[in-house]
Amino acid sequence: MTSLTIIGIYLVILLALGVSSNRLFRGTSLDYMLASHSIGPFLLLMSLFGTTMTSFSLVGSTGKSFAVGIGVYGLMASSSALLHPLCFFMIGLKVWKLGKTHGYSTQIEYFKDRLDSQRIGWVLFPVVVGFVIPYVLIGILGAGGTINAVTQGVFPDAFASSGGGVPPWLGSLVICGVVLTYVFFGGMRGTAWANAFQTTVFMALGVITFFVLVKGIGGKESFFESLQAASSAVAPGKLSREAVPHRLYFAFLLVPFSIGMFPHIFQHWLTARDANAFKLPIVVHPLFVMIVWAPCVLIGTWASAESAGIPAGLPSPRILAHLVNEHSGEVLSGLLTAGILAAIMSSLDSQFLCLGTMFTRDILGRRRDGDEKKSIFYARLFVVAIVAVCYALALLASTAKNVSIFNLGIWCFSAFSALFPVIVAALYWRGLTKAGTYASIITTAAVWVALLRDADWGNNTHYSFLGQHQIVTLVAASTIALIGVSLITKRPSETTLAKFFPDHHSD
Amino acid sequence: MRSIVWPLLALLVILHHDFWFWNDPTLVAGWFPIGLLYHVGLSLVAAGFWLFVVKCAWPSELDESSSTDSAEKSAEAPQA
Repeated sequence: MTSLTIIGIYLVILLALGVSSNRLFRGTSLDYMLASHSIGPFLLLMSLFGTTMTSFSLVGSTGKSFAVGIGVYGLMASSSALLHPLCFFMIGLKVWKLGKTHGYSTQIEYFKDRLDSQRIGWVLFPVVVGFVIPYVLIGILGAGGTINAVTQGVFPDAFASSGGGVPPWLGSLVICGVVLTYVFFGGMRGTAWANAFQTTVFMALGVITFFVLVKGIGGKESFFESLQAASSAVAPGKLSREAVPHRLYFAFLLVPFSIGMFPHIFQHWLTARDANAFKLPIVVHPLFVMIVWAPCVLIGTWASAESAGIPAGLPSPRILAHLVNEHSGEVLSGLLTAGILAAIMSSLDSQFLCLGTMFTRDILGRRRDGDEKKSIFYARLFVVAIVAVCYALALLASTAKNVSIFNLGIWCFSAFSALFPVIVAALYWRGLTKAGTYASIITTAAVWVALLRDADWGNNTHYSFLGQHQIVTLVAASTIALIGVSLITKRPSETTLAKFFPDHHSD
Repeated sequence: MRSIVWPLLALLVILHHDFWFWNDPTLVAGWFPIGLLYHVGLSLVAAGFWLFVVKCAWPSELDESSSTDSAEKSAEAPQA
């Protein structure tokens, strides 16, 4: 019960912070959606990092390391430490400048202008939203599962069917409700504040978790001896990358590029106060990735040893929560769970706000009457609807057999990585055409669905196509369609090209 | 300075694929798997690399637009 009380207090603090940011609200849709381009270096760093790190980074990485060992860090973390800042530098800065100059609030507004195509949104919108939804589900499912695991046995009568813990559907519902409330009232500013707070919380508590679990798993008097005991109990195969095929490892280099097309990251880029605000995130992001991922990978690897006492058949998303429950007191257990939830919610809020913004701007369009109150009303209405739909989908997904957070995430990231060539070409290649963009987006969607179906809707965790991971197939297909069709179709007008490539002369 | 950014980045990407530690379960100091330690080190090097980019290869035209923005904001600010 103590754990649950601490989680409750944490959620109340978060609500108070998010809602109090409403006092700075300027009453415009630009402020609600983009915080009036006022976000400085620190908040941008925390927002970008908090949004990038989700339950996938804490719960998923621990579970995956439990299965394959330390190779998970190289697969996902060190590549992200290197390539996420590349996306901030090469894509984010350009997007920010274009957004500020031309007043964009969403990706689709940019693509409409860049390609001279008002209808590009009809294709891009459903595809992007369709690919974001699994990412949102990762967070919702992770939150429900975490709360359930940490409250096991607290309510033996009321929730007997869920092991005496808060049922996942209820935990997910509460988390969705909290995030919805502060996004509803605080908009982008509330989201940025909440992200900064939550990122601080989950990083600090992550480090504390690590120290506590070292002692718990290692079981020795001194910290250093516990480290040695925990590592020496692990099978040698998990202490190297023996279980990770070279081809898969190489393919995973494409995963970090997915953030280049995440619509919620795109929206965060647009909130920056100036170009200099990007410097801190570009430099510090790799360090933050290391601080979060290295302890999780070590803990997951240690948990794979028989002496760690993980019950056979425990689902991988439950491993971190199980360890926390086993090896810490109730107070710490509650705090650490709050940290995990912080990581999850700091992504969910941006995703919900972004989807609401996209529906408002890309479906309803900019209001010609300039009625800001109506724009904000619709943005909020869409945020509520999005949360409701995502929650319902999460309930459906939770009934599916063998839902792996890691695999669900990889399918989602694969799709966005396949769309990455579209944004690169839009920003750097004058030869990109409207038809080439349509071809790339449609090819990505069609190939993604075909491969996912072929992989038994994600349940085949060792799926490959022609011996390659799906991300390679998707990126190759998308790129070929983009370049091939662009080379044989008509470019946008010279006026449009001059607008986006002012330093180039027509050829 | 800008001309060495891409070759350096390519080098880091190559270093990321460390086949030399692939099957090595050695524990450094008796607890830190060497393959993981290498990649933690690579993350630190990545931070150093991006610090170098920000300090030495930052697009100057962006600084100009930032200073223009700041000037505009100062002009818009209410006078005391």
